Amino acid sequence: MKDVTFGQYYPANSIVHSMNPAVKILLTIAYIVAVFMVKQFYFLGFAACLLAVILITILAKIPFLKVLKSVKAVIFFVLLSAILQLLFNKNGTPLWKGGFITDVGLLTAGFITARIVLMVLGATLLTLTTSPVDLADGIETLLFPLKLIKFPVHEFALIMSIALRFIPTLIDETDRIIKAQKARGADFDSGNIFKRAKALIPVLIPLLISSFRRADELADAMDARCYAGSKKRTKYKKTPFTVSDFFGLVFMAGLIVGVVFLNGFII
Amino acid sequence: MEQIIAKDLYFTYDKQTPALKGVNFTVQKGEYVAIIGHNGSGKSTLARLLNGLLTPTLGTITVDGIVVGDKKTLFEVRKRVGVVFQNPDNQMVASIVEDEVAFGPENLGVPRKEIKERIDFALSAVGMQDFKRATPSRLSGGQKQRIAIAGVLALKPDVLVLDEATAMLDPQGRKEVLSTVQKLNKEQGVTVVAITHYMEEVTKADRVIVLSDGEMVFTGTPKEIFLKQKELKNLGLEVPLAVYIAQKLKEQGVEIDGDVLTQSDLAEALCKL
Repeated sequence: MKDVTFGQYYPANSIVHSMNPAVKILLTIAYIVAVFMVKQFYFLGFAACLLAVILITILAKIPFLKVLKSVKAVIFFVLLSAILQLLFNKNGTPLWKGGFITDVGLLTAGFITARIVLMVLGATLLTLTTSPVDLADGIETLLFPLKLIKFPVHEFALIMSIALRFIPTLIDETDRIIKAQKARGADFDSGNIFKRAKALIPVLIPLLISSFRRADELADAMDARCYAGSKKRTKYKKTPFTVSDFFGLVFMAGLIVGVVFLNGFII
Repeated sequence: MEQIIAKDLYFTYDKQTPALKGVNFTVQKGEYVAIIGHNGSGKSTLARLLNGLLTPTLGTITVDGIVVGDKKTLFEVRKRVGVVFQNPDNQMVASIVEDEVAFGPENLGVPRKEIKERIDFALSAVGMQDFKRATPSRLSGGQKQRIAIAGVLALKPDVLVLDEATAMLDPQGRKEVLSTVQKLNKEQGVTVVAITHYMEEVTKADRVIVLSDGEMVFTGTPKEIFLKQKELKNLGLEVPLAVYIAQKLKEQGVEIDGDVLTQSDLAEALCKL
């Protein structure tokens, strides 16, 4: 359990990986907007989005399979919405005489499927190329304007990064507690779902208590290192806006223009 | 020069059972002092008092003439007295080594360029300069604890307090941390206050303070302390095995030369026979 990598970050040395995380988050949002801008049944716009995904995947040096795997998580949702469209969309003409599947239903099903799949692929590229720590950093940068309304951006960002920092520690701890309870005869693998859920209580309670103890010690350690909130604090980590970010912006602008342009053509 | 002066320190957590009952001691600049005691002797309380995490119920403690426990000078004290705690996992804030070391200087508002220098200095002082971009959760206990020391060193403290910093480490990790601390003491002139319950760790100290039930029972060089074997045993403390063997041999009439504090001392003395 020790080598569990949380999130799905795929480390590589690429132009996409080295981009500013804040820019990457914004570009991902722009990409999703582009996917939604594709007018109904103008499938060429989707082709442009797919092309963008393929290009980014190549630039990021990520195997295609890794990106495609992300669709697995939403496959049920995709199939359900497609089937519902096929069965219940009564617009248009039936595909065969007396049939209940209409041409509009079929197109809508395909359209919705493409939209969801492309959206997931784009979002996956963000999490594949950005480590959780960088993501938290990017979110902090983007939240910065909220300082104007006195939102504690620094504190929020610190909470996020401490949470990320403690994930491997708590996984280790869970592992240890499970082993300790098993050594005393605890049974986690048999019985119905309620029985199994109940068996987890002797794991969760020690975990919760030790988390409080850890929090207490961490607070002391932070105090000892002169932590006093965001006042007068400087920031060591710097994520500059680089050439790759500029190219990213141009690329995404190109995609949006392309989608708008292709919205004029119908197959 | 006296860097730390503790006068009549008295501390109680719950107003009934005092954790410290009138402790007096001084620490010289550049000295390596070990504070030893069994569980509940008040040694960890003392560590917390040294940098103002706790405030003494009675008595005073000063560092470089600054009174500890005054809210206004709290950060002045904490800048001077760095504490490394027992559990390396519970004192790290960041997921990347250099960010972790940067945390202290960031809190002080040190400019970015200087933080960079401080990170390089602190990491090379603990011999971890090659791990700048590493993830602490993948390092060994000894390495993690050295990172924790680097995190404290980045604040440029004059005094390094180790609150049982080796208690959770394996023998290898303990060795790494102890030799790092000794090096800092000798080469950088950092005053060290090492709190421990391992007798082996006090052999390298200039001076040892033995605490029991919140009171200071002995103070002296490691050699002087080890002579009080019986008294130590009554306090639940054992002298190191090498010291014990040397003393037993002496009692049996074997002529052991010199002062035996460590295993290598013992080996040398035995070879001379």
